Amino acid sequence: MKRLHIPIENTTLANGLKVVIAPATAAPVVTVGVYYKIGFRLEPRGRSGFAHLFEHMMFQGSANAPKMQHIKLINSSGGVLNGSTHYDVTNYYEAVPSNALERVLWLEADRMRALKVDDENLKNQRDVVKEEVRVNVMNQPYGGFPWLDMPPIAFRNWANAHNFYGDFADLDAANLADVQAFFRTYYVPNNAVLLLLGDVQPAEGIALAKKYFADIPAGATPPFADPSEPEQAEERRGEVEEKFGTLPAMAIGYRVPARRTADWCAMALLEQALHGGRAGRLYRELVLEKQLAVEVDGGIEDIFGYNGPTQIVTRILHKPEYSSEATLTAFEAVIREVQEKGINEDELEQLKVKWQSDYYSLLEGGRGGMPRYGLMHLLACFTLFDGEPQLVNTILDGFLAVKKEEIQAVAKKYLRTEKRAIVFRKPVNAGSPPDAGVKEAA
Amino acid sequence: MATRVVEIAKGVPPLSEERQVTWPKRTRTRLPNGLEVVLAESHAVPKFHGELLFRSGNAAVVDRAPGLAEITATVVRTGTSKRASRQIEEDLRRIGADLSSSAGADTSAISFAGLSEYAEPLLGLVNELARAAAFPEAEFDRERRQMLEEVKLERTQPEFLAGERLRKVLFGAHPYAQVAPSEEQVAAFRRDDLMAVYREFYTPENALLLLVGDFDSAAMLKAAEKVFDAWAGKKPQAKGTAAPANPRGRRVYVVHVAGAVQTQILAGCHAITRKHPDWVKLGLTNSLFGGAFNSRLVMNIREDKGYTYSPRSSANPLRQHGYFSISAAVRNEVVAASLAEIFYEIDKLRALPVPEAELADAQNYLSGVFSMGLATQQGLLSQLVTVELNELPQDYLETYREKVRALTPEDLLSAARKYLDSANMQIVVVGDRAQIEPQAALFGELEVYDAHGKRLD
Repeated sequence: MKRLHIPIENTTLANGLKVVIAPATAAPVVTVGVYYKIGFRLEPRGRSGFAHLFEHMMFQGSANAPKMQHIKLINSSGGVLNGSTHYDVTNYYEAVPSNALERVLWLEADRMRALKVDDENLKNQRDVVKEEVRVNVMNQPYGGFPWLDMPPIAFRNWANAHNFYGDFADLDAANLADVQAFFRTYYVPNNAVLLLLGDVQPAEGIALAKKYFADIPAGATPPFADPSEPEQAEERRGEVEEKFGTLPAMAIGYRVPARRTADWCAMALLEQALHGGRAGRLYRELVLEKQLAVEVDGGIEDIFGYNGPTQIVTRILHKPEYSSEATLTAFEAVIREVQEKGINEDELEQLKVKWQSDYYSLLEGGRGGMPRYGLMHLLACFTLFDGEPQLVNTILDGFLAVKKEEIQAVAKKYLRTEKRAIVFRKPVNAGSPPDAGVKEAA
Repeated sequence: MATRVVEIAKGVPPLSEERQVTWPKRTRTRLPNGLEVVLAESHAVPKFHGELLFRSGNAAVVDRAPGLAEITATVVRTGTSKRASRQIEEDLRRIGADLSSSAGADTSAISFAGLSEYAEPLLGLVNELARAAAFPEAEFDRERRQMLEEVKLERTQPEFLAGERLRKVLFGAHPYAQVAPSEEQVAAFRRDDLMAVYREFYTPENALLLLVGDFDSAAMLKAAEKVFDAWAGKKPQAKGTAAPANPRGRRVYVVHVAGAVQTQILAGCHAITRKHPDWVKLGLTNSLFGGAFNSRLVMNIREDKGYTYSPRSSANPLRQHGYFSISAAVRNEVVAASLAEIFYEIDKLRALPVPEAELADAQNYLSGVFSMGLATQQGLLSQLVTVELNELPQDYLETYREKVRALTPEDLLSAARKYLDSANMQIVVVGDRAQIEPQAALFGELEVYDAHGKRLD
């Protein structure tokens, strides 16, 4: 099959800032990203939700660009901008016509050098974040299911198990001193990577990176708490009330093998076999064949973008006339079939073609009108976690080399009852009376 | 009104010279059977994206049942005279492709993406779905039950409830008033009705094939001709629909959701279609008002007041009519305060010309983001879809930016006065009535509904 090769140049400035450039000049558009290696997993204890609240603060003003100016300067240059907080990284990104490149670099450097915010900004963004949590979680059917429900049930280390969006009491307790301390600790050039993608030449990009970022002093190497989890030896279950939706739901999660191991590659293809849309075994069995579920999806979320314990999660919304146990039994039958019979060569070949095709879409694909978000994200994570941005061009090899025996082996080794965690979302307003005519799956 | 003085940035680097935006050449042709084909090359990854669009959707058959075109599209992908459902899904995976079928108010679509080297088998499958869908009885039955659950589910989503009510209010007896079927209507769908829609809509004379990606246009055109050549069928008969009455006077519609911890506001009024000569004016007006992060609405009720996370406004073009809308999910205590600010911003835009500098910022924004579409296959495809479906001039992409840049403060003032129809804005609020009704009642005569559309006292 035709292989894609993305030209990449990278360097590290004297202050430790890593710089990665991926030129592509077909359109006069450049995407700029700054990734800091800190996400909500390792935010301070007693300050759940802080990494995300802090991300909002990065748009509230820096030494030479006061409040509202970041947004105004990017939009008025013909560009779009955003930021997002993940488990192990927080990103800030812009896509602009390439004639605005210097302006974007100036803005990113200004806020890396000196954040300038006050109590009024903090109060304002605390209010905004609370509405974000309400619109995405508290006032939404199945809001936060299962990404916020699962961690406290599945994990024992606070780093992995706490509420990433933040308990409102913790958000309220956050103060300006916290903001400045977090900034000084983690938002140092030696904990970040700058990415330039699209209409920029490598030499020009490196020269501009130096021009705007070289004089930002390096900080102390940030401390990182240990995110490792104790070995799990028993199934874990928990329940969460569903206030609006009428369908019962469940999510089943298993810990995945360590990144960049052969098991991890095999698990990724197994994931494709299980989830992988309408051809996936779970959807086919639970939605199309047995017809007990309405929605089945899942996977290893952001498979290249995490740097600590994570799970492969299956999310099921099922019909109220089937019990949770009947639904779980049907799910287990699909898992058992792979464990006992494995998959055949033909299916493996299909999985690999689809995986490669999806990977290319990930690299090209945008987010919120932002071209090349996917490529930016992968380059950033491979740089910060692995020190190897070139993995973008080679990581596919491991997945394409997986053998069918390895898929069966990881199914047996990792998809075990005593290694899983299950969240049940129980509707307060059930669609049909509970226990009335509950069916067992065929 | 803003409560905080805006400070200015110091030492901002100027923009360098703009690089020319060059839109790729489009290859357009019409096959002898009437199928229009539009191709454009984009070589970033060895893939391509496509749409087979039919110029008929749910609105055209709403008299038979709302959502009929949608369920027809859904069942189309579940079996053909040659392949069963499972075979279709495996064949797609085998060539690394994604495919979906759906219908909106004005169109039905088979959307797909795949590896360039497998373009022919993917086009072959698309052709088969368009011509030889078999509507297997069991698949139809399953999809209908599936849709029944989805219809129930969407009635628990505040954004859906707000959109549904606004469309009813704005479009009354017109088909655009119906955005989704009721549970009873889904239960009453019949396989024969779907097959009738399929025969009427899915014809080459009614269709448009758009492909964007890593291919050679001449070779791709040959492939498309070969695949779709033997397909035949007439355009469906167009039915006239009377224009909807434009509601007069502000009114407020509460959709009651017990226990809601936030209120979804959605206000709207009649506006224009994309073919209207004022479209670009309205687009820029919207962008400056509430269509961008740096817009007046966002700066006011998010960045200044902290009432909401994601306020926005939009100009929504349907084929026959358009509407303008403003949405924000706000905390329950500030429903009245948010509406007051929304109307303050509308009325200000209708009363005072926009300052030149703010206009220039908005012009740069709109013309900049317009060109972003160039950078990805999917982005370019969606631009081409807009041009072709709306039968816009062939130089639309090339001249859009000039048109945006030619607009003046007077153009925006006149667009705001015509299309941000403050006095006749219809206001929907979805939330817990006990918490929000007194606040909402300040803005107009009130009607209260439940999530199923039943009027409450």
